[in-house]
Amino acid sequence: MEFQIIWFILWGTLWAVYFMLDGFDFGAGILHSFLAKNDAEKRVIINTVGPVWDGNEVWLITAGGATFAAFPTTYALMFSYLYSALLIILFALIFRGVAFEFRGKVDSDGWKKGWDIAIFLGSFVPALLFGVAFGNIFQGLPMDAEGYHGTLFTLLNPYGLLTGILFVLLFVVHGALWLSVKTDGDISKRASRVANKTWYALLIVAVLFLIHTAFATKLYANYLQNMVWLVVPVIAVLALLGIKLFASKGQHLKAFYSSCLTIVMITFTGVIGLYPNLIPSSIDPKYSLTIFNSSSSIYTLKIMTVVALLFVPVVIAYQIWVYRIFRHKLTVDGVIKDKEAY
Amino acid sequence: MDALTLSRLQFAATAAFHFIFVPLTLGLSILVAYMESLYVRTNDEQYLKMTKFWGKLFLINFALGVVTGITMEFQFGMNWAEYSKYVGDIFGAPLAIEATVAFFLESTFIGLWIFGWNKVSKKVHALSIWLVAIATNLSALWILLANGWMQKPVGYILRNNRAEMVDFMALVTNPYGWLKFSHTLLSGYVIAAFFVMGISAYHLLKKNKMDFFKRSFKMGATFALFTSILLFIVGDFHAAMVAKSQPTKFAAMESLWETQKAVPYNLLLIPDPANERNAAEAVGIPKLLSFLAFHDGNAEVKGLKEFPKGDRPPVMITFLSFRGMAALGILFMLLSIISYVVSKRDRLESNTTLLRIMLYSIPLPYIAGQLGWLVAEVGRQPWIVYGVLRTSDAVSKAITPSQVWVSLIGFTLFYGLLGIIDIYLLAKYSKKGPDDDLSSIIKTSREV
Repeated sequence: MEFQIIWFILWGTLWAVYFMLDGFDFGAGILHSFLAKNDAEKRVIINTVGPVWDGNEVWLITAGGATFAAFPTTYALMFSYLYSALLIILFALIFRGVAFEFRGKVDSDGWKKGWDIAIFLGSFVPALLFGVAFGNIFQGLPMDAEGYHGTLFTLLNPYGLLTGILFVLLFVVHGALWLSVKTDGDISKRASRVANKTWYALLIVAVLFLIHTAFATKLYANYLQNMVWLVVPVIAVLALLGIKLFASKGQHLKAFYSSCLTIVMITFTGVIGLYPNLIPSSIDPKYSLTIFNSSSSIYTLKIMTVVALLFVPVVIAYQIWVYRIFRHKLTVDGVIKDKEAY
Repeated sequence: MDALTLSRLQFAATAAFHFIFVPLTLGLSILVAYMESLYVRTNDEQYLKMTKFWGKLFLINFALGVVTGITMEFQFGMNWAEYSKYVGDIFGAPLAIEATVAFFLESTFIGLWIFGWNKVSKKVHALSIWLVAIATNLSALWILLANGWMQKPVGYILRNNRAEMVDFMALVTNPYGWLKFSHTLLSGYVIAAFFVMGISAYHLLKKNKMDFFKRSFKMGATFALFTSILLFIVGDFHAAMVAKSQPTKFAAMESLWETQKAVPYNLLLIPDPANERNAAEAVGIPKLLSFLAFHDGNAEVKGLKEFPKGDRPPVMITFLSFRGMAALGILFMLLSIISYVVSKRDRLESNTTLLRIMLYSIPLPYIAGQLGWLVAEVGRQPWIVYGVLRTSDAVSKAITPSQVWVSLIGFTLFYGLLGIIDIYLLAKYSKKGPDDDLSSIIKTSREV
């Protein structure tokens, strides 16, 4: 297989895993102020993601680094074309990260309230804008030999916004399921209720997204050419239905795994549809950035393949190990007693 | 101002801010890991208290280092798209490796360390902070190999309108990168050592928790002694490497205009870049500059006039930054030796002058580190990759000045706010001193 294809698959995988992992952090962050009735409950919610959010975010940094190393032209043009959108995402992620760390460091209501807002914005804004960004990538960017012919507001088109809303709802359901698994008693019940109710909205938006995709993008062309790939969106839809099936029975862990699968498969649905493009041009396909015209040299791709094969399995192994150490449910009592908690 | 100037300002501001937090992380992670290992080995609760107290400060500082790092990775593409296109084939690799090899390790095990006190055994807990320390230092290696390549490009060929990697091992073994790594690492260690000594001095002056802070001070002083001396030695090799591979930068560092042999080192010197000469030169030590450059007192050193004006870096900033950094480096050795001797003889309490000096010295190694980066980056101008690509050819074509104005102002305000909050928290927890109640941790860690 060609190295560009290997890196295309890895590129898609890094994004898929990133959305699967940071997705529940975003969901928990969006919900934490609304779901919790008091400060102790807010702390429980924050502490469910406390040990893992930083490791989750590194999947984004690696996705960025991999784009740079494997497809430098795409990295360069994508990041400079989407300058303002990325800037907002950056500020939001920085805000969220310090908020987790600083919120508990001063015992004052105003202080905590400020950081609660930071956690909400730092979770909601990236969730929405990653969706908007990927919606626009699926659609193609208005670019030709002269460069990019759009602004921040060009990105806020109906399809981009729809994808943004899809991402937000996906992550809210995902985060609510995470919380219903990771907490106990009343919070867990409330989280489960949110997951069950939000799921209907998610279903509607997902259906709209699948329909709108046929009109706004060329993603389906690859599937019509080779029907075998349809298995990916089909799994995505089945997993989406699985969420409700398990959640309504109170099997939250299974529902959570279903939403993991949904997120991964939705990402791959888009990625497979893009092939061989990384960013299609909406003006003329000959200006599209493909995995072949924007890639690094084969030598670099080979080196990076060796690095990825050596280290990514190790990373996955120790991240799973750490997740297992923190697999217990968090309780209000436990968090109050634990002086190390956020 | 154009997008180029604004982007340069933004990169300088965000990199300088990032580098307030990173170097302390490099050194303090090792000190905290060492403290926890001592606790595991001796079961002396004083070491556990030290781990907790210094660990708390480590974490407050660490958070900002991590989040401001994402900006650095994104900016290459956002503001320096032409650079990223041109050198991404070789420059992207160390960045991606840094994330894969170091960032995952660091971020996963910092979570285990913060939240794992009563979830894993004492040994595994200590191991997790060691892994964090190794990972932070490893990430420094990869990013400095990347920077080393910008200073002294190796292992590439110009092909397909870009620089393509042809020899990965040349990149990994680039001596410039390794010197940059050692020099930066050691400067981070000195920052951490002075940080620990300075805060300990504050409490010793207040006669607060004497045993705790004497031990801390002594640990800091021992660390400072070795690292400040090594830092100076490595600095000397680094300067020699600059003389060899970046003659324009070296000439600017020393404000040397004419090519000469057996060049003296003028202790007092006032550059006059407008007239391509020095306004004053005095107290010259014969042959010393030639010796510093090539470890040979009679060697010829190239002056700035040897190069076209368009290829020379700004002389004043480079010269002053280098002088300032070197002078501070000597001061750090002296202070470290004195601190080490006084703490070794257990005379810290009576030596309030030293304690006061060490308290107010906390910012000095930070300043030296910032000056060092000014030498490295301003001194490399007008090149972004020395001899290969000019900074003016590297900026993104798609960005407008107004976009960069917005982001530059945004970063300044946002980072300014975060910086104030972080320093407030560091001061608050530094003054508060160690927590005496460790019962919950000790009890639970015995249960495990």
